Amino acid sequence: MFTELAPYRNFRDGLVAGQLRYMQCEGCNQPFFYPRVVCPHCGGTKLAWHTSAGEGAIYSLSTIGEGEASYIVALVDLDEGFRVMSNVESTGEAPAIGDRVRARAVEARETVPARIVFDLMGSAS
Amino acid sequence: MSRNQLRGATAIVGVAESDLGDVGPDRYPIDLAAQASVRALTEAGLTTTDVDAVYAIAGGFMPNLSFGEYMGIRPRISGGTNIGGSSFLSHVYHAAMALEAGQCDVALIAYGSTPRADRQRKDPPPSLPEYPAYQAPYRPRDPVTGYALATARHMHQYGTTREQLADVAIAARDWARLNPVAFSHDKPALTREDVLASPMVSSPLTVRDCCLVTDGGGALVMTRADRARHLAAKPAYLLGAGEAHWHRQISQMPDLTVTAATESSARAYAMAGLGAGDIDVVQLYDAFTINTVMFLEDLGFCAKGEGGAFVGGGRIAPGGALPVNTNGGGLSYCHPGMYGIFTAIEAVRQLRGEAGARQVADAEIALCHGNGGQFSSQVTAILGVEAAL
Repeated sequence: MFTELAPYRNFRDGLVAGQLRYMQCEGCNQPFFYPRVVCPHCGGTKLAWHTSAGEGAIYSLSTIGEGEASYIVALVDLDEGFRVMSNVESTGEAPAIGDRVRARAVEARETVPARIVFDLMGSAS
Repeated sequence: MSRNQLRGATAIVGVAESDLGDVGPDRYPIDLAAQASVRALTEAGLTTTDVDAVYAIAGGFMPNLSFGEYMGIRPRISGGTNIGGSSFLSHVYHAAMALEAGQCDVALIAYGSTPRADRQRKDPPPSLPEYPAYQAPYRPRDPVTGYALATARHMHQYGTTREQLADVAIAARDWARLNPVAFSHDKPALTREDVLASPMVSSPLTVRDCCLVTDGGGALVMTRADRARHLAAKPAYLLGAGEAHWHRQISQMPDLTVTAATESSARAYAMAGLGAGDIDVVQLYDAFTINTVMFLEDLGFCAKGEGGAFVGGGRIAPGGALPVNTNGGGLSYCHPGMYGIFTAIEAVRQLRGEAGARQVADAEIALCHGNGGQFSSQVTAILGVEAAL
């Protein structure tokens, strides 16, 4: 019960376990992200945690910087019906809007927390 | 439909900028807010002792208290809500309600910010992380990446091109070259090649797609219309206002090509009894070139998806059919971080006929539009001259 009232803690525990957790309202049945203590669709407070299967599509993306140090920030629409910001770390062809992607857990390292990043489906990276 | 009681009930009677550009490490945001306030009050023939409502954002925590104290003003209405760069137009709206309800008589809206000066200080203000942090681990470059994501999506859905975005920067620079206090007043005209060849910041936006970073402040003074007519400066009446926000973080914006300006403008037009076709001059918050494209769509000047083509051919530039950001905008005039107040300052000057080389002929109705966060908060205000009442 206590952890259900601490959405950020529960979410981050999921990341450490390699999971992308989201919530669904048991009143209106709509999924939502980020986790919170009230449903942003209907105001309901009977909420359930779920773990995403980690597959979705790129809604939009931007490459920050140029050359070796550049990286891609993307908004990914998960198949369960919610959107997250993440990184697409494909080393192959350049990702584009609409491309299918799959989640990959990245463990915490030094000051960087555990994260979920995405790879292009079918890409060798 | 009955006439909205706020329509024409109040007016902006004084406007001013502080010193702009690079004010050096010995001047602070509150100094600029105060300097602009004194200038705006003087223009109206008023002093700090006349002010009984304050709406200020000028650095630090609890800025309305710091500003009241600094100015020696003891307000009976205290505002200053911070919803990002649209805040000051929201303050105009809220001050109009307080004035019309008789809860105050003279409202002062003030802003100051010194991002350039801060870089030169030995003790720069701290930047605190915000929690929970669902986006920060992925290192978006805030705020530009939010706008870049919207740009990429707009290009994907509607075929908007980087060349069309460049046209926005070109028009802003051309206006700035007519404005003596614009940061880029003395810089050469831009070309599409200049914009496209500039260093990429967060694709598809280059440095030239991004606003300036300057020091600066501004102030607006408002009273009820009956008093406004007897003050020193020609009043700019508030004909309509509307506000809306749907998200803060870009990952929470439902459709990256449609902003809450669709709602804020509909509310402002309804109050004013006007539509986009009635507007003589537009001042909108152009933090990035995509802002101008998407706001012209969402404010009703063209259909969704047609903004890229709409800004081409010099339409929004000096001499064009729809004058937009006649001061040079955030792209080429001034951008201390929360630009919205400057939309109202320039709109009032255009309505008074005081804009010099950049004056739009016969400007009687002006639309101001403020944006905050990452396409997050949206506030629209429509101002008009006496004949527009």
